[in-house]
Amino acid sequence: MSMLEIRNLSKSFGSLEVLKDISFDVKKGEVVAVIGPSGSGKSTLLRCINQLEHADSGVIKVCGTDMLIKNGSGKTVYADKKTLRDIRLKTGLVFQNFNLFPHMTVKRNITEAPVCVLKKDKTEASKKADELLKKMGLETKGDSYPCELSGGQQQRVSIARALALNPEVLFFDEPTSALDPELTGEILKVIKELAKEGMTMVIVTHEMAFARDVADKVIFMEGGYIVEAGAPEQLFGENASDRVKQFLQRFNS
Amino acid sequence: MSSEQISSLFQLMLEHLPPTLKLFGFTLLYAIPLGMIIALLKMCRIKPVSWLTNLYILIMRGTPLLLQIIVVYYSVPILKLSPNCPEGLRGILDKVDIQSGGYMFRMILIAFVLNYAAYFAEIFRGGIESIPKGQYEAAGALGFNKLQTFFRIILPQVVKRVIPASSNEIITLVKDTSLAYAMGYMEIMYIAKKQMSFYSSLVPLFMAGLFYFAFATLLTLLFAFIEKKLNYYK
Repeated sequence: MSMLEIRNLSKSFGSLEVLKDISFDVKKGEVVAVIGPSGSGKSTLLRCINQLEHADSGVIKVCGTDMLIKNGSGKTVYADKKTLRDIRLKTGLVFQNFNLFPHMTVKRNITEAPVCVLKKDKTEASKKADELLKKMGLETKGDSYPCELSGGQQQRVSIARALALNPEVLFFDEPTSALDPELTGEILKVIKELAKEGMTMVIVTHEMAFARDVADKVIFMEGGYIVEAGAPEQLFGENASDRVKQFLQRFNS
Repeated sequence: MSSEQISSLFQLMLEHLPPTLKLFGFTLLYAIPLGMIIALLKMCRIKPVSWLTNLYILIMRGTPLLLQIIVVYYSVPILKLSPNCPEGLRGILDKVDIQSGGYMFRMILIAFVLNYAAYFAEIFRGGIESIPKGQYEAAGALGFNKLQTFFRIILPQVVKRVIPASSNEIITLVKDTSLAYAMGYMEIMYIAKKQMSFYSSLVPLFMAGLFYFAFATLLTLLFAFIEKKLNYYK
């Protein structure tokens, strides 16, 4: 079953086209890594899927629900507000710079959305938060404030926060780019763990070794286009296109 | 002045402290929420709304508070007498009893609130705009609607950020209440000036100064305490 279907997605900022004719699918349980040079449109792609940017044209279907469609007269339109909100609750997003709520404790960060948005019972939400914190190795940090944690710990909290809504797809926007190599390892370990559990994930990343090891599918983007997409063996192998090889060479050297 | 005179003077001033406190308290009570509304209007995407709000702030901050007090105070009687006053407005103005005891306080309060709301609006706008965009994005991605995002995520952080600038404004208000003296409002400044003439002495003025100083110092300590309380996160 397709968790994400994208067809001919395009997006411009003024006269600058950042996404051109993007199409790909993500199946349930699949881990997709999106790689490519800075400014290639990877983050914009993720932001369009997560309704943080307005796409210009194309089709987006999330968990079988139409989000962006072509209507009868060929115009691209978004689904109604309620549908868009339902889609948001089925997806989770982890940001590059965490974006935790600084005025709330770690635990409140995790329980706030389930309680306020999903109207879940407080004790139930709190129990779930404890489980998630344990899973992230942060069981002692529930009462801390984000500013008291390291970057890696903060990012783990933000992953727990996204997981608290039981999303069907989890998106990561360069989750380790703000972290030093040591802390990067912590986060990658958590993502690997989630992959093992069968979580569907789309990860924009500059960690090439990680993309190769964990992803079922790798998408290479440049200049707003998908240059090449396929299994990691293909993109990281001998038969990859010259541009992909050239890009990867810089990481290996 | 004899110590007996000084003590009776102190008593007199203490009796006139409530009108000062009343003006101070009610100004804050109305100016802070109004300031928040004006801040939101100024950030409104509908351009004319934003421009009009900007013009309002420009006028309120660009002209003396004393002038504004006098304008508001005399607007009702002067408009009532004006032959050009439209009938609809005259009907409303005729209902205002300018002889009543509350009239003076209400008019002075209106001027203070309109003026201070403009200053608070700029402080709040700065506070709101200083919250990183990522906070809105994270809230949106978690499914919070606009109202929930504002009241649960943004506003608590804004409060912390605007406290230093707001405390400045609030301490200024303590001293600005003395401008009501110009309208004959019986607050501390009014009584101090009167006693100065009565005794031909500067002591009443010094005593009034001491009252303002003590009040402002108390507020300074209070805000230092609040800032410390809110320092549990960065």
